[in-house]
Amino acid sequence: MIVLNGEQQEHGAGEAVVSLLELLGLPPDARGVAVAVDGEVVPRASWETFAIPEGAHVEVLTAMQGG
Amino acid sequence: MSDSPTQLQAKSLAQTGEQCNGRASSMPADTLAIAGRTLGSRLVLGTGGFPSLRLLAEAIRASGAELVTVALRRVDPAARGSLIGVLEQEGVELLPNTAGCYTARDAVLTAKLAREAFETDWVKLEVIGDEDTLLPDAPELLRAAEQLVDDGFVVLPYTTDDPVLARRLVDVGCAAVMPLGAPIGSGMGIRNPYNIALIREAVQVPVVLDAGVGTASDATQAMELGCDAVMVASAVSRAQDPVAMAAAMRAAVQAGRLARVAGRIPRRTYATASTPHEGLADFSSQPDSSPQ
Repeated sequence: MIVLNGEQQEHGAGEAVVSLLELLGLPPDARGVAVAVDGEVVPRASWETFAIPEGAHVEVLTAMQGG
Repeated sequence: MSDSPTQLQAKSLAQTGEQCNGRASSMPADTLAIAGRTLGSRLVLGTGGFPSLRLLAEAIRASGAELVTVALRRVDPAARGSLIGVLEQEGVELLPNTAGCYTARDAVLTAKLAREAFETDWVKLEVIGDEDTLLPDAPELLRAAEQLVDDGFVVLPYTTDDPVLARRLVDVGCAAVMPLGAPIGSGMGIRNPYNIALIREAVQVPVVLDAGVGTASDATQAMELGCDAVMVASAVSRAQDPVAMAAAMRAAVQAGRLARVAGRIPRRTYATASTPHEGLADFSSQPDSSPQ
């Protein structure tokens, strides 16, 4: 179990960041996207290799209109 | 006689205005430099509040802005259209903000994520202290600014109109300061113009008036007070005609800048005649032939 953008997900623990991007409909090289796992930035270069820990809180963020 | 630097600047500015009307200019444009980056426009546009990406794109073009802010939010799989794509197409530079952060920790993490997402180390640092006023939380803001500067960021903090805090932010290495005229989205204009003028005197980095602008004259006033640039978001995006208001803001910033460089006359309590008294005809000793 992990928490992805505030929602609990049965799957995802142990998988690489790119598989979570796919879950959100994003390509593995999604531009304008950043990922944090448990409050730490996961650099783009590690998206293929970084394995999501069990119970992790994952934030996948992108550009939104804002002042 | 050759022109003084001020005259040259005024000429250059006047021609920047002409460029607006499509006329060519051989003079260098009146540019704004922040942390070594040169911007041709002194208007910074926020992307928040536009009803559509199409209107945002048209407003960017009408405003002439070269620097626009974006926020960082969770990916919405149902979202339509790409904000990044539109901004790339318009050829503008991104200034990510940390809007919505209430602690230094959250703001620093958000800035680092923005750097990762947008490949820029510039950040408009917002650390909010109160959800009703959205006023900055000064101690958290200063703490976040210090950490981000140490981490190599170019930090432009959204701050109160407090000259002392502005100086403290510059002391820790901020590249500019962005004092508020009034609370975000309030459209109340510049509530304390004296403080904005004091901030201009207190720091050696660019001062970008941010928040509170409601209409064009507010942006002009900010420039007349000595601000180097003005940032607007709601004033344009929530105007009845955002594209027309974007054009108005562009002209307003140019007018205010021109007036600042030109140097206004001092305020006086009593009149000072603009027509000379010398040579005035004396009718007092002549017969009065007007009908009784």
